[in-house]
Amino acid sequence: MNIAVLIKQVPDTETKIKIKPDQSGIEEGDIKFIVNPYDEFAIEEAIKTKEKIPGATTFVVSIGPERAGEAIRTALAMGIDKGIHIVNNEPALDSYLTAKVLHGVLKERNISVIFSGKQAIDFDHGQLTQMLADMLDWPCVMITESFQLKEDKSGAKLVRRLGGGAKEIYEIAFPFLVGCEKGLNTPRYASLPGIMKAKTKPVEKLLVSNYLEGQSAFVSYKNYELPPERMAGKKLEGEPQIQAQSLVKLLREESKVI
Amino acid sequence: MPHYDLNPEQDMLRKTIRDFAEKEVKPIRQKLDEKEEFSYELVDKMGKLGLFGMTISEEYGGQGMDYLSYCIAVEELARVDGCQAATVAAENSLGIGPLYHYGNEEQKRKYLPDLCSGKKLWGFGLTEPEAGSDAGNSKTKAELKNGTWIINGSKIFITNAATKITAGITVQAITGVKDDKKEMSCIIVESNTKGFTARTMHNKMTWRSSNTAELYFDDVRVPEKNLLGARGTGFKQMLSTLDSGRLGIAAMGLGGAQGAFEAALSYAQERKVFGKPISSFQVNAFKLADCAMEIEAARGLLYKACWLKDEERPFGKEASMAKLYCSEVFHRVANHCVQLHGGYGLMEEYPAAKFYRDQKLLEIGEGTSEIQRLVISRYLGC
Ligand SMILES: Cc1cc2nc3c(=O)[nH]c(=O)nc-3n(C[C@H](O)[C@H](O)[C@H](O)COP(=O)(O)OP(=O)(O)OC[C@H]3O[C@@H](n4cnc5c(N)ncnc54)[C@H](O)[C@@H]3O)c2cc1C
Repeated sequence: MNIAVLIKQVPDTETKIKIKPDQSGIEEGDIKFIVNPYDEFAIEEAIKTKEKIPGATTFVVSIGPERAGEAIRTALAMGIDKGIHIVNNEPALDSYLTAKVLHGVLKERNISVIFSGKQAIDFDHGQLTQMLADMLDWPCVMITESFQLKEDKSGAKLVRRLGGGAKEIYEIAFPFLVGCEKGLNTPRYASLPGIMKAKTKPVEKLLVSNYLEGQSAFVSYKNYELPPERMAGKKLEGEPQIQAQSLVKLLREESKVI
Repeated sequence: MPHYDLNPEQDMLRKTIRDFAEKEVKPIRQKLDEKEEFSYELVDKMGKLGLFGMTISEEYGGQGMDYLSYCIAVEELARVDGCQAATVAAENSLGIGPLYHYGNEEQKRKYLPDLCSGKKLWGFGLTEPEAGSDAGNSKTKAELKNGTWIINGSKIFITNAATKITAGITVQAITGVKDDKKEMSCIIVESNTKGFTARTMHNKMTWRSSNTAELYFDDVRVPEKNLLGARGTGFKQMLSTLDSGRLGIAAMGLGGAQGAFEAALSYAQERKVFGKPISSFQVNAFKLADCAMEIEAARGLLYKACWLKDEERPFGKEASMAKLYCSEVFHRVANHCVQLHGGYGLMEEYPAAKFYRDQKLLEIGEGTSEIQRLVISRYLGC
């Protein structure tokens, strides 16, 4: 049984983003890159699933420049068996093209389940997994916060979080895709023996350009700007009545929202 | 040509330990410190990560990593908490080190796997109430009678020796006198041996959540085969153990300095006095510049010492220099850190105070700064 995990290397959450002078993108120079935090839940769930299924193999797939190899090594150090690095030297892919490349690479690999994060924290599109599901014509459960392998290992029971505390419960047979949410599990740390072992695990290298089939992106980025700096808050003083009056006044006259 | 890149495994190791320290240690370091509590839970987690027996071969349950990797791990722990770094560094260099380097096959198989997994801990008892810097003045004696060592004496300040999971200690004892010279040997004593008592020492200023113990030997009897290495080589074993141990202490100085510097910098950029961040006053900015520079120099010196060790070249002088320099850099950085924090620097709710307290040990343990200068000057032929 093959278990795949889609991972993306993204800027560390604590990075101070700087825009290139020509606004064509962000400055990568000082950025520390990490494995997309939601993808860590996907990696952990894949490893846990494999541990329950004798003979199963896990592999991670990542599209990205050379540096994305670090993210793959991290997953291998955590316990994933193999890596596929689809090297991207093209201009930015949109979600559709990314899904298309992944589809090309994954469709023939006899996979039972694909875990991914529910979204990548860099662009926050949150649509890749669904697009890939559509191309594979597989079911897909997003924002999954519980995954339980069925006893006969033919599929799993999943819980998906909805707004307002409601939950949806699914029982699905393999193959399918899972978009992982925080709370699904506690990702393990790469252990030191794991780090040493990762060195010798195989990483297959492919090229994005071989999977585009002449298609170009639907979405392109014209320019980047930082959001305006947040202004200091205002403190309203006085009796509750006075405060309410000044609040209404401000909402009407200053921010013009009512 | 020298190059300054770490290899990918060392990079990943740093990231992993930093992540671990930030998420698992940082939230509880203050509470453990305040209560003088030794955390078995953290030892278990650190054991599972593989932080014990880092440089020991896999055969005995270790990770087979190089000394630079070991120091990076200690550095990253110390960046967040000197106490956990102490547990790890002392265990690797003092607890596990001598057993691995001088133990026979049977001893290694018996003790190392549980120590390398962090299930058990081990202490190294050298210092005595009247023999610290002058270790040769020790009084603890071991007499061999009918195939049994009978040990009498006491030790003080022994790290990891009185925890609930301490499996035993290596004790340095006088095993005879030859031509007016004491014959020193190392002997293994398991924790549950009759006549042996290990008592935790309380009210420390530094390393409050690390375990420090007094040991008492009252007619302690252990079999002859508990001798570690050859009889009479105790002093040599100790010197060589301390040489490598100094790399770990240096790493604690470096990591602590880094942690204190980061705390100082971020506080100085946020704290506004006279309408401006205090980091914009040149006197403070220059302090921070000095800290950054000295930390960089300290890192260069320590990593070079590790490199010499990993290349199996003589490294004793550089290890001593790194231990001395890194702990003194930490001293200066911790001092600036508290000063920049003003009154808040004296309050335990800010990390500055703990860095300041934990720092001091590094100028004293495993050879005081004065002893390091003595060691270095001897290398120079003084
Ligand atoms: C928390 C902690 C953990 C420790 N862990 C261990 C452990 O696991 N195992 C172990 O064996 N020991 C351990 N020690 C002991 C430590 O190594 C000793 O405290 C240290 O070596 C200093 O010895 P001392 O305290 O007897 O000081 P002393 O030797 O009495 O020194 C007092 C002062 O005199 C100075 N001095 C001494 N000789 C000279 C000289 N020739 N020239 C100039 N100045 C000199 C010293 O530098 C120092 O400033 C630990 C200590 C502490 C505090």
